[in-house]
Formats: sequence, C-alpha cells, structure tokens
Amino acid sequence: MTGKPKIALYWCSSCGGCEESVIDLAEDLLTVTAAVDIVFWPVALDFKYKDVVAMNDGEITATLINGAIRMGEQEHMAKMLRKKSRLVIAHGSCAHLGGVVGLANFYRREDLLSRLYQEVPTINNPQGILPQLETIESGRKVKLPDFHDTVKTLDQVVEVDYTIPGCPPTPELIKEAMMMVLEDRLPPRGSVLAEKKALCDTCPRRDSKPDKLRITEFKRVYETEWDPEKCFLAEGIICLGPATRGGCNARCINANMPCRGCFGPTDDVRDQGAKSSSFLASIIDVTDKEALKKIVDAIPDPGGLFYRYGLASSILKGKMTRGRS
Amino acid sequence: MKGFEPKIIGFLCNWCSYEGADAAGRARKAYPANLRVLRVMCSGRVDPQFILEAFKEGADGVMILGCHPGDCHYKEGNLQTLKRYYVLKRVLSTLGIEEDRLRLDWISAGEGDKFVQVVSEMTERMRQLGPLPR
Repeated sequence: MTGKPKIALYWCSSCGGCEESVIDLAEDLLTVTAAVDIVFWPVALDFKYKDVVAMNDGEITATLINGAIRMGEQEHMAKMLRKKSRLVIAHGSCAHLGGVVGLANFYRREDLLSRLYQEVPTINNPQGILPQLETIESGRKVKLPDFHDTVKTLDQVVEVDYTIPGCPPTPELIKEAMMMVLEDRLPPRGSVLAEKKALCDTCPRRDSKPDKLRITEFKRVYETEWDPEKCFLAEGIICLGPATRGGCNARCINANMPCRGCFGPTDDVRDQGAKSSSFLASIIDVTDKEALKKIVDAIPDPGGLFYRYGLASSILKGKMTRGRS
Repeated sequence: MKGFEPKIIGFLCNWCSYEGADAAGRARKAYPANLRVLRVMCSGRVDPQFILEAFKEGADGVMILGCHPGDCHYKEGNLQTLKRYYVLKRVLSTLGIEEDRLRLDWISAGEGDKFVQVVSEMTERMRQLGPLPR
C-alpha cells in the first residue's frame, strides 16, 4: 500500500444513481484514482467487508455513503465505516434528506410489508409469509437484516462531516468535494458542499421572473405548453426553485422541466416541505375562500410534491401514525 | 377519552387577537386553560415550520388568530396566512394530522366573547379527536 489518502464508497437504501454519478466523472475519475487509493467500493471493486473491519480506526481519509438508512445492516455498515473514517460524507439526496425512498415514511412498516408480500396482484405467496429475521432452510439457519420502522437520513444514524446534495449529485460537485478533501481546503464541518443561495439565484430563467408572482391557477406539465425561456412559476407551473438550494447547474430547468427540490433546503431552513408550501401559498393571487380552496385543491399530492426528497429529514419525519422504532 | 386534556398552542397577533384575549380577561370571562398563547407581531409571521414544530413537541391542536381581513396592521399579513393555512391543511392531512387540529380565525381587539367561544370550540373538538398519535 502507498501513502496515498484512502477513500471508501458505500451504498445503503438507494437506487444506484449516486454510484453512477461517480462513474459520470468520466476522465476525471482517472485523476481522482491516481491521487487516492479506493479501499472499499462494493458496486465496482472487489474488496470485502472483512478488509475494512481489519483496518485501523480513522485509517480511511473519507468515506462517501449514499442512500438512506432503513435496514439494520445499513445502520451497522454506516457505524462501522464511521469508526474507520476520518471524514464521512453524505452523498446524494437519500443520505442527505432521506430522498425518494424516504417517502416510505408516509406508510406504516406493517402496511408496506403486507402490501409488498401479500397484496400486490403479481405476488404468489399463498401462505402469506412475511420476511423473517431468521429461518431454517435445508437444515441451515438463514438470517435477514432487520427492516426498521422508519427511513432515516445518514446524519440521524452517524455523525456526518459534509454533504454532497443532489439526486444524483453532479459530477462537478463530486469532483470538487474530492479535491477539497485532497487539497485540505474544506469549509466548516457540517457544510453542504453546494451553493448557499436558492436555485432561483442562478437560474438561467431568472430574468423572466416577474418582481411579484401572481398565480390564479396551477397547471401541470401535461396540461399546458409553456415558453421554454420563461420562469415556470410565471407560467403557473409549480417549480420549487425558490425553496431549494442551488448548485445543480439547473439541470432540470435546462431540460425544460421545473425544479423538484433534490438539493434540499438552504442552510436557514429546517423543513423544506413547510417552506415550499409557504412560498407557493404566498404567490396565489386570490383571497376569496371558495376560489382559494379550488386552487389549493388542484395541487396534486401536496405531501409527495413538497416532501419528495425531504420527508425523512423534515420536522415530523413522516406520517404521525406510522409508528416509531 | 377520560382524563385527556388537550394541549393547544395559539399564535395570537399582537394588534387584534392578543388584545381580544385581554378583553376576555378584563371582562373576567372564563375559557379553557388548554390554550398556551404565543404572541406574534402578525399572524403572517407564523411560519408553517412553527406549526409542525408545535405538533412535534406535543401540541394536539394549533390555532392562529389574527385581525379580520382588511384590519391587518401590516395591510395583508393575515391574508398571506389565510393562503398558507389552506395549503398547509392539505399537507398536514398527508402527514396524518386531521385538518381540524389546525384552526385559523379572526378576532378583533373588542371580541373577547368570540375569543372565548373559539377557544372553547377548539378545546371541545380536540377532546373529541383525542391525543395526536406520536
């Protein structure tokens, strides 16, 4: 082994898009791998759990963990990697905020399991068996990791030093975070490594945003044709740019789609969904109760809209009746 | 629900509703002691985050009381709250919080009787709904 800094990458409850975002570094990946030793990366390299366990505490310079924490095994791995690493970096929306998988916090654990293993039309499970922690199969004891009541963000399970936001993060942000670690120029601990201001501040369409937005009807993207140069909100299409951290290079906006909030809230905001609902309400240009109710009732799935990425990190962390671990 | 006393957080605006509560007090009116009052400068100051925080910290119900439309000390703060209230109620129901657990009402400085009536109604409704499951 050389004296190069050691980097580990791990995934928990995620879709694999964050792993892909590392590959999206393309040629820059060669620059990074020339400067570091990757010591653990289950999705791409053949290192084993026991290799990491054999390491000294703090031996890994930085570990990037993507995905939320739902299973006992993920919690165990996160805690083990925390011990072995000087820095733990939450990588992507799921580790940062709970992400799309965090939407499971709208449901109770029992309801999720019975739906998936007993009710969906494609399941063939006549005895209605649910996953067990232990079972005997051909005389051998087989174990499965525990399925927790609640999806948690990484920082609800272990201490997190830095966060790279995004679903998935841009390759530019990942590279910049890596270089910050290598060149020892990291910002204060706990920082989210992206813009400080909301997306609107760097939005390519910001000049077409009127000083005062006034909306009397929310339109969905399939219901309307919109000017691809103009602010979405000015067109009556819900865009969460005003309540979302910038730094994504306005990827969705440039693809002519409104922001859905994957970079999470800015530093001063505790609950992205509450803030999003607040700003959206404030631009409605109606105060007559009947008309107001009609406009508000037309917002599709407000929970899923405002908390698409941030439910697990929100103040209530999910539906009140879902039960607690 | 025997022995259950709901906890209700009330955000009262400085200019009308807090005065309205004072008017009830000066007139020696009785109202349920379930309400914990927080004075804010304007009902428009009530960030939806405050409301979620109140539910998280143990409130069974939350009230926002402000000036009647047209009477706002800051012209339209109460109207902003009205709009937020409608959106937030929809968000709350997806989070498993019944819509009646959040109430917005207008109480002017002279409406001590209305204050008593609104607080009593809210307390009674929270008794019916029972504690917010946590």
